[in-house]
Amino acid sequence: MSSTDTRMKVSVWRGDHEGGEFQIFDVPAQDSQTVLDVVAWIQQNDDPTLSYRFACRVGMCGSCAMMVNGQPRWTCRTHVKKVLKDNCIEIGPLRNLPVIKDLAADMDPFFEKWVKAEGVFHPSKTRNDQIEEIDPASVQRVKADAGIECINCSVCYASCDTVAGNPDFLGPAALNRAWTLYNDSRDAGSRKILDAVSGAGGCHNCHSMGSCAHFCPNGLNPMDAIAGLKRATAAAFFRRRT
Amino acid sequence: MIRPHRTHPLWYAFILHRVSGALLALFLPAHFWVLSMALNEAARLDGFLAWTDMPLVKFAEFGLVFLLAVHFFGGLRLLALELMPWTSRQKTLAAGAVGLSVLVSGTFFLQAV
Amino acid sequence: MLDIRLYLLQRLSALVMAPLVIGHLAVMIYAIQGGLSAAEILGRTQGSFAWATFYGTFVIAVSVHAAIGLRVIAHEWLGLGARALSVLTWIAFLVLVWMGVRAVWAVTAPGGVA
Repeated sequence: MSSTDTRMKVSVWRGDHEGGEFQIFDVPAQDSQTVLDVVAWIQQNDDPTLSYRFACRVGMCGSCAMMVNGQPRWTCRTHVKKVLKDNCIEIGPLRNLPVIKDLAADMDPFFEKWVKAEGVFHPSKTRNDQIEEIDPASVQRVKADAGIECINCSVCYASCDTVAGNPDFLGPAALNRAWTLYNDSRDAGSRKILDAVSGAGGCHNCHSMGSCAHFCPNGLNPMDAIAGLKRATAAAFFRRRT
Repeated sequence: MIRPHRTHPLWYAFILHRVSGALLALFLPAHFWVLSMALNEAARLDGFLAWTDMPLVKFAEFGLVFLLAVHFFGGLRLLALELMPWTSRQKTLAAGAVGLSVLVSGTFFLQAV
Repeated sequence: MLDIRLYLLQRLSALVMAPLVIGHLAVMIYAIQGGLSAAEILGRTQGSFAWATFYGTFVIAVSVHAAIGLRVIAHEWLGLGARALSVLTWIAFLVLVWMGVRAVWAVTAPGGVA
């Protein structure tokens, strides 16, 4: 750590579900500093009452996502030098979720929708069956693999304007998960999944604005997954009538 | 309005599609009302059509044609994205939709003046 | 607030309109040359079953499409609830169909001016 005299102006959102405001902190700049480092510095050296959430610090757990200068990001994988503007940074809790306190958003609605979209594995075999062989090159598996790296960080959910305007909308992450399971040959719940994503808050509300794909730190494309669900549900709709 | 999480091409394509759609929907009743004069009130319709010869109204018509064209080409892109597994090059296609709309509405404008 | 039925109606109406919009754009560019007049419009359309079918289909499809589109906007931007949305969707649809059919009748009905 090189100690320099350079200091940054960091606006941090303080408050809870009832409201709040930005508070400005004066934070020393360091080499290779991440936004999460900045938040940690404030909490350890300036105001111990600052609440935030993190775990792994290396982009694996998906718990440190926040709004940085109005864009959702993993704070642990965002270098300060990349987002510093006029020596200032603004850090807030994830958009589209209730705030517990300060930078910690309440993830409950996000995970509830995950389950509501049938984003849970539906086993097709018992422990007594042989382990199924999966060809990683098969068309269906390639489709499932495309969305498998989601770590539930809610960056896409926070970026989505359809979620903002339509609180029932299941959102990009849950629908991406539903599409992944739908293409998993070991999952026995494809009918359940299609029904779950066809209701009033389902995949058909998506306007393909692509913020989810634009901001996903893992480079996934939930918009593409949702388009897949739209095709699958439409095909199933006509199949069932004939 | 255009907050930082919205500054990317497909969001602009989205807002263009929504605003053009809303404006077209609001324009339709006026469009239908004027045309419904044709049978019994042809003179009144002609009076209105003469009014549309004013340069400013011509320019507004160009705007309407652009709205229709951009909603049409943008909508075709969305239909292709949803109906066929075409996912790549959406930004290029969205830009192409706007380009074609300028071409079509520009042709209309040149014919109109 | 779109379930699969409204979604499919929205996309089907769009597909129906795709060729009609191309035709409409072409006619506009053609007809605007030298200005418009009631006689010119009626000369083209009056008593024409083909134009009546063209514009009649267009009116029905656009009424479905616009009503569902307005419903989505009213929900996302104005926060209207489920019941108000149903009322709005139906009113928008019926008003557009009524006004649209009157307009199509006015320009394609046989007899009259021309």
